[in-house]
Amino acid sequence: MSLDHIFSPLLQLGAIELLSPAPPGWGGNLLRGLANSVQIALGAFGLGLLIGTAGAYGKLYGGPIVRDLMEVYTTVVRAVPELVLILLLYYAGADLINRALEGLGYTRIDINGLVAGIAVLGFVQGAYATEVLRGAILSVPQGQIEAARAYGMSPGLLMRRITMPAMLPFAIPGLANLWLIATKDTALLAVVGFNELTLETRQAAGTTKAYFTFFLAAGGLYLLLTLFSNVIIARIERWSRRGMPSIAEGR
Amino acid sequence: MSAAGAPLATRKTAPDSAAEAIHIENLHKKFGQLHVLKGVSMSARDGDVVAIIGGSGSGKSTLLRCINCLENPTSGIIRVNGEEIRLKADSHGNTVPADRRQIERIRSKLGMVFQSFNLWSHMTLIENVIEVPVHVLGVKREEAIATAEKLLARVGLAEKRDVYPAFLSGGQQQRGAIARALAIQPRVMLFDEPTSALDPELVGEVLRVIGDLAHEGRTMILVTHEMKFAREVASHVIYLYNGLVEEEGPPEQIFGAPKSERLKQFIRNIG
Repeated sequence: MSLDHIFSPLLQLGAIELLSPAPPGWGGNLLRGLANSVQIALGAFGLGLLIGTAGAYGKLYGGPIVRDLMEVYTTVVRAVPELVLILLLYYAGADLINRALEGLGYTRIDINGLVAGIAVLGFVQGAYATEVLRGAILSVPQGQIEAARAYGMSPGLLMRRITMPAMLPFAIPGLANLWLIATKDTALLAVVGFNELTLETRQAAGTTKAYFTFFLAAGGLYLLLTLFSNVIIARIERWSRRGMPSIAEGR
Repeated sequence: MSAAGAPLATRKTAPDSAAEAIHIENLHKKFGQLHVLKGVSMSARDGDVVAIIGGSGSGKSTLLRCINCLENPTSGIIRVNGEEIRLKADSHGNTVPADRRQIERIRSKLGMVFQSFNLWSHMTLIENVIEVPVHVLGVKREEAIATAEKLLARVGLAEKRDVYPAFLSGGQQQRGAIARALAIQPRVMLFDEPTSALDPELVGEVLRVIGDLAHEGRTMILVTHEMKFAREVASHVIYLYNGLVEEEGPPEQIFGAPKSERLKQFIRNIG
């Protein structure tokens, strides 16, 4: 059997038509799926950053109860597979909210898939971001924080003006990882029926039987998203390290 | 100052009528089991330059850091410009400032210069100097920049204004840190071994700047290992030994005619 024989169905002439953005092509569906994925990833990453910042400060400066709560949160979320957490939080979370609503005498509501996706992935991201940011805050030279205190900065001002910008160079590599994981974790939301890129791809492939074409196209879109992200991340990283001598120069 | 040209050692003590800038009474500081300060009292009037000397572990840096509560004293009284820092016991039994706003207000009048400079690494030199005036004291940005430029020129760093600290030498960083302290128009300047982290050839440039400030009549408290310098600029010298004031007095007496055996030995060893 020649290679030709294997690949010929994949290289059907129809690939271009199938991927065309206008119906009957499925390209438009894929792009809509990508847009949904990006939306969820952005929301989840942003929510994760907020939770992570609060979590890192809670772990570093909170009282014993806050610290223990944060420890339980990060341990449990990082221990359980994300797919399980998504199923659990999505179904159990929606059920819980509706029971609460019924209990209070309101009617049940449909949980918006986008909001639910962001909340669930953001909750997971928050646990990882807590540890990334905690490590970054610990890397800030203590003397710089001490100088800010010695000049009468309030804790809020110190966080905004000194700790946050000073820890950024140490946080960027870890946060960049989290962002890329967020873009791909959106695919897990396919299991709860959210129309992100992977689910759209499966539907298109299932309908047309052109599996290879569509999954290859989806893979290409994920790759493009990553490449584009890398460009942005590199810029942010360069900016955040503006006060540091480059390692290459120092050698 | 009218004393231009006069030998440095003739620097006048502040007149008796000058207000008390720093007053410390029976200060104790314990780190766990370690009793670092065992009841230190001292005071500095406006215009005084007080040098605190002593061996390593004598508690001199801890004493300085208690003045602005970077270390919370275990017990004792601290008054800055006549205002007593209110302290309370927290839930762990540690003494902490009772009123965060009070301690922040007092700190913003004390210009601290650290051994390791501690300039903020993500800000250029001029951003470091305007940071506290703009964000803590509420000075207008343009005004703060104008003042900062003058101060940087004064410490010889005018052309380094847009450089990040990591690209400056230790001596330049420390002079920049002094400009940062001056920018808040401090009532008292606190120097914590300002030349100890510097290469020997860079010590002179920093001491010259500090010496100028001393002769200008600024109130300063200076923890230092530079005995010659302390003798030249100080109006009052305190020798700490093992958490207590072993001997104090004008520099001529401390360095010229020390009474305590320990001080005599200390001066012999360090000289």
